[in-house]
Amino acid sequence: MSLEPYLLLAAALLAVGLYGALSQQSVVMLMMGLELMLNGVIVATGAFWFYVSADRPDGQVLVLVVVTAMAVEMAVGFAVTTAIFRSRDVDMVDSATDLKD
Amino acid sequence: MVQAVVFAICAAASVAAGIAVFRVDSMARATLALLASFVLAAITLLLLDLSYLGVLVILMMTMEMMIMIVFMVMYMMNPAGLMPMTMVHNNRGALAISIGVFAVLAAGIFIVPWPDTRPGTPADPTLQLAEAIMGSKMLVMMVVGMVLFATMVATTVLSTDRGRYDRYGDDLRRSRPDDPIRGGAGR
Amino acid sequence: MGEPMPLWGVLLLPIGLLLLGYGAAAWSAMLTARAGGAPASAAASAPARETARLLVEQRRTIPGADTVLWRLGGAAVPVAAILSVLVLPVAGRSAADLSVGVVWFNAMEVLIWVAVWTVGWGADSVWGLVGAYRFLVQGLAYALPHMFALTTAALGAGSLRVSDIVQAQEGVWFAALMPVAFGVYLLSAMAMAYWGPFDQAVARDLAGGAGAELAGVDRLVFRAGRYLMLTAAAAMAVPLFLGGGAGPLLPEWTWTVLKAAAVLALLVWLGHRLPTVRMDRFTEVGWVVLIPATLLQALVVAIFALVV
Repeated sequence: MSLEPYLLLAAALLAVGLYGALSQQSVVMLMMGLELMLNGVIVATGAFWFYVSADRPDGQVLVLVVVTAMAVEMAVGFAVTTAIFRSRDVDMVDSATDLKD
Repeated sequence: MVQAVVFAICAAASVAAGIAVFRVDSMARATLALLASFVLAAITLLLLDLSYLGVLVILMMTMEMMIMIVFMVMYMMNPAGLMPMTMVHNNRGALAISIGVFAVLAAGIFIVPWPDTRPGTPADPTLQLAEAIMGSKMLVMMVVGMVLFATMVATTVLSTDRGRYDRYGDDLRRSRPDDPIRGGAGR
Repeated sequence: MGEPMPLWGVLLLPIGLLLLGYGAAAWSAMLTARAGGAPASAAASAPARETARLLVEQRRTIPGADTVLWRLGGAAVPVAAILSVLVLPVAGRSAADLSVGVVWFNAMEVLIWVAVWTVGWGADSVWGLVGAYRFLVQGLAYALPHMFALTTAALGAGSLRVSDIVQAQEGVWFAALMPVAFGVYLLSAMAMAYWGPFDQAVARDLAGGAGAELAGVDRLVFRAGRYLMLTAAAAMAVPLFLGGGAGPLLPEWTWTVLKAAAVLALLVWLGHRLPTVRMDRFTEVGWVVLIPATLLQALVVAIFALVV
């Protein structure tokens, strides 16, 4: 085993997640895409830690930070969705474009 | 050798489950597919001696997906996928961009000369992590803790539609809050 | 770190779990019979008769159901229970003495959320779905106190490895050292097996809740899985809080089984004695009372570990 297969897996997960984040209209599906992208980041970070800097804890700490980012992203994302839905009955990203106007 | 086979199976299945998330109609299946993708990716982490972080990802993602599934079912029309539907915009563009990103990343992975001397793994990676976040990287841990706390407060504020005037009356003089559901702690 | 368990031991582990689980079901049936005034001894074979009946009963098929998820969810209940006891040391050896055994136990036992929700969702029935959502609410209420109770045991031993936790209790059992954590663990053990006061997910007012539509072998797997989960939770209390296999005269594995059986009998009895608690009420108790209590307990144990 070497670093490349892990990075390839991470890149594939990132690309699949990116597709979801770009193409989905529903906010919740969009967030699933974001989660998949972060999952790719976790795999890449873990692999970098193991193959490049296992003697230092930095990679592991970074994985911990990304896991936290995922949790925060999901919690805040759903809270915002709920807030938007409450005020306007909207759960599609296309309809929530007030800042554009 | 065994490791390589396990990795190959898990990696392929993880990506396949990730693709399935956006292919299936049922929200329950989409969320469980995402969970499967996370768990399989976490198994590849276990292969890297990251036993704590791998199991932590399994634990956290299981709980997170079960919360997510509530919102998925709540906010999607036709959550059970009994009728086929697509809710996408600019599908072609998104597909092209993501395939392009993957191609660039994959090319980069094989072009960049990665260092091939692997530093020795510590005897207990969990201990390494623990000593880091309670020692040299303590600031990270403190920030993470504060961020999580801020998230709890912010999400509650954002998602509730009842403010203190609803709970304690217009002059905030009510001695016990007027909540639709009374808690169990005797309040 | 002990030697690995021999292969026959790993095979024996689920069988032992099944036997203890049967004992729990029989004990539960006896308590029900005694409460109804019937002779308790005849009820000991009730689970076996029920098993035979369910085996010959026809499986139910429902139009519009998500059959794949429905069946998988039911099967996941016993699988989660068996996976969670892989780190259980019997006679000083466990099937997999992971360095993060406590976290493994927690992660596998959380799979029960997926299982129960999926069973309730898959049947395309309103009773099942309401039961499934009830279990998620209950999960949010018990999960954090449960995690802090596990953390406290790990903190007392200074290790996440279950065999290290057993070794740390050579002097005094953690049940005596950290009674709050032990009590919370017992509560959450009942909650994770949706047993006793926390049985709202499969409650009678929902005609069986998450398992309402199950019939035949599916129902058997779901109900047996619940007893296995209760048994697994009771058995893990032994290495975590009750000194593992420590005891006079008898060999170590006997003590493990005896202690697990005692905890299990207590849980089943409590389940019959206590009234059902609504999970929305339990949520406030969990967050306002149990979390601070377990955090204080962890603080006390941490100071104790530093000083001693």
